Amino acid sequence: MRLLLFTLITAALFAQAPAPAGNAQNGRKLFESYGCYQCHGREAQGGLGTGPRLGPKPLPFAAVQKYLRQPTGQMPPYTTKVVSDKDVADIYAFLQSVKQPPPVKDIPLLNN
Amino acid sequence: MASSSKPPIGRQNVGRRNFLKGTASGAAALAAGVKPARAQQSEPAPEPARSATAAVATQEKDPSLSVEVLTADHPGSDFMVDVIKALGFDYIFANPGSSFRGLHESVINYGGNKSPEFLTCCHEESSVAMAHGYAKIEGKPVCVLAHGTVGLQHASMAIYNAYVDRVPVFMIIGNTLDAATRRPGVEWAHSVQDAAVLVRDFTKWDDAPVSLQHFAESAIRAYKMAMTPPTMPVLLVADGDLQESPMREHERPHIPKITLASPPQADSGAVAEAARMLVNAQSPVIVADRCARTPAGLKALIELAETLQAPVINQHGRMNFPSAHRLNQTERSRGLIANADVILGLEVWDFWGTVNSLRDQVHRTSRPLTKPNTKMIAISASDLNTKSNYQDFQRFPDLDLSMAADSEATLPALTEACKRLLTGDRKRIFEDRANKLAEVHQQARERMRLEASYAWDASPISTARMTMEIWTQIKDKDWSLVSNNAWPQRLWSFDRHYQYIGGAGGAGVGYGAPAALGAAVANKKYGRLSINIQNDGDLMYAPGVLWTSAHHRIPLLSVMHNNRAYHQEMMHLQRMANRHQRGITTAEIGTTIKNPNIDYAAMARSMGVHGEGPITDPKDLAPALKRALEVVAKGEPALVDVVTQPR
Repeated sequence: MRLLLFTLITAALFAQAPAPAGNAQNGRKLFESYGCYQCHGREAQGGLGTGPRLGPKPLPFAAVQKYLRQPTGQMPPYTTKVVSDKDVADIYAFLQSVKQPPPVKDIPLLNN
Repeated sequence: MASSSKPPIGRQNVGRRNFLKGTASGAAALAAGVKPARAQQSEPAPEPARSATAAVATQEKDPSLSVEVLTADHPGSDFMVDVIKALGFDYIFANPGSSFRGLHESVINYGGNKSPEFLTCCHEESSVAMAHGYAKIEGKPVCVLAHGTVGLQHASMAIYNAYVDRVPVFMIIGNTLDAATRRPGVEWAHSVQDAAVLVRDFTKWDDAPVSLQHFAESAIRAYKMAMTPPTMPVLLVADGDLQESPMREHERPHIPKITLASPPQADSGAVAEAARMLVNAQSPVIVADRCARTPAGLKALIELAETLQAPVINQHGRMNFPSAHRLNQTERSRGLIANADVILGLEVWDFWGTVNSLRDQVHRTSRPLTKPNTKMIAISASDLNTKSNYQDFQRFPDLDLSMAADSEATLPALTEACKRLLTGDRKRIFEDRANKLAEVHQQARERMRLEASYAWDASPISTARMTMEIWTQIKDKDWSLVSNNAWPQRLWSFDRHYQYIGGAGGAGVGYGAPAALGAAVANKKYGRLSINIQNDGDLMYAPGVLWTSAHHRIPLLSVMHNNRAYHQEMMHLQRMANRHQRGITTAEIGTTIKNPNIDYAAMARSMGVHGEGPITDPKDLAPALKRALEVVAKGEPALVDVVTQPR
């Protein structure tokens, strides 16, 4: 419930801030080379006990950027010294590009 | 039966290599073709006790008068096997070593290599980790043999894992204490004054017997201590002279009766107080970690939870609670802890860490996860045996009621105490709670299936996809997951004690592959299908377990979770780079296992194990698993290498 509230409040607070244009292809490369995939998976699907799913439909750009720079939980910080704002925009573009998986009901193995 | 007043048997004989009978008649008998061992045995008068040094001195004085006895019909190691058999060990797991050559020979020839059967291991760390996994399934130890020096050094990390995990392991190590009888060279390097000191910080008990009677009593004592909660590893030193020196005719030391101690139950007053707190609580939570030692523990926890209709958080130290049970609320752990007014911890390894959060940033800060007045109750056998040096005992929690006792043994009394306090009103409240919990349990299961669908078709293959591909193949069989993995707990249906064995305990890498094999050895006689989701880095510590599985025909399906990295360490390194604001692209240096990629299927095949892979397309997984399972069904091991997402 707290997570849901956090997500809703965050989304509301940052909903107005538009995401800058980014290069999704480069963002995918950066997602790997900057080690984001280590906790969040190579497809941003999340990892059990390591990091939440980031895509598809990521949180608003401003919320992602703010948390990236100054995380309040366990995530290590990605400061401007090592990740530029343009890099963040590219990574965000990658997160936006992640495709929605097929519905669970259409995956036989998940309905056993 | 030997009398305790007699001198040590091992010392009554004059040493294993220089036993010289200084009589001319003996020499004549040898010349006439009489076997010296028989000639020695026909002598009615026992040889007076003397030192090996004295025997050497006799020889040096007049070697022509000596007849060297070269054989022995009843070495002390035969009696050691009698003791080992009395303890009911099914197996001995060992890498061979000269310091226990006498015992090894007695096991396979005098003992017939049955009950126990000698299983050849390729590393002592594997021997002990196999014993660890075996005990998790079978509820009792096997015997592990090792060199007292180099073997024990290899074994030490696995012993530590078992110690932290509170698992019984019974070790016998070889050593030659008497410097006057050692072979020059290597045997000196393989001898030690106090062998067990190396692992004394993380074993429950050890001894170095100096007679066979001493060996028998200490072996039974060690077994009893290992099996009394908190269960832990124990160690005996089998002296080389004691193993190899012949026993005197008619000498049969007494093997004490084996009577295990009943596990310690909590004080009845404390149990009654805990019941009162739990029954009166509005939001009680049960947290179980290393709780269910046996199937009875699983059943007892279900009964307590259903009596209280209280949510259970399974921390997976053991197979504590059915995954599909409506009261299994593990996925809501944080929220339940935050809302609880009473928390009951059952063999919880890290109670403090369960109810507090610590941030791993430059300045480590912590905060409670609970409400200010939440009452906390602990039942833990670890309070009965905590050592000081190694810090596995975790940070000290704020408890309101603490019972130094075995949880499994205490649960029936606690449940009965709760039942006695139930009123109609409380029962109605509990039923309402149960209905709500059933609903959120179902929601959590659906949420997990949704999470599993993300990256479903990805390559490298998602661990959720791999988990469900395996489940589809095994769900209708009598299976046992002999590894510690996150997704199966969320997506499979666990309801039997042998279906899960928990983790390493001390988080020492190199545990997984041998523990899985040891568990599979235990499962074999029940005809269960053992499934091991095997981390790549872990397998590379001691890949010889593959050979052991093939050589001894242990049915086991290993599916590689091959993320080509020591991934946990990579995340730690990334954290450091980010913290220091430099080189955030270099975390793969020293943490990955690629360039070249390891061909695990080929490695398996090289050791006689069916191998498939590497598999990178999820569509190829099901056919490979089917083929591998056909091999396992024939009683053989198989390995499928799957290139996976990190976690």
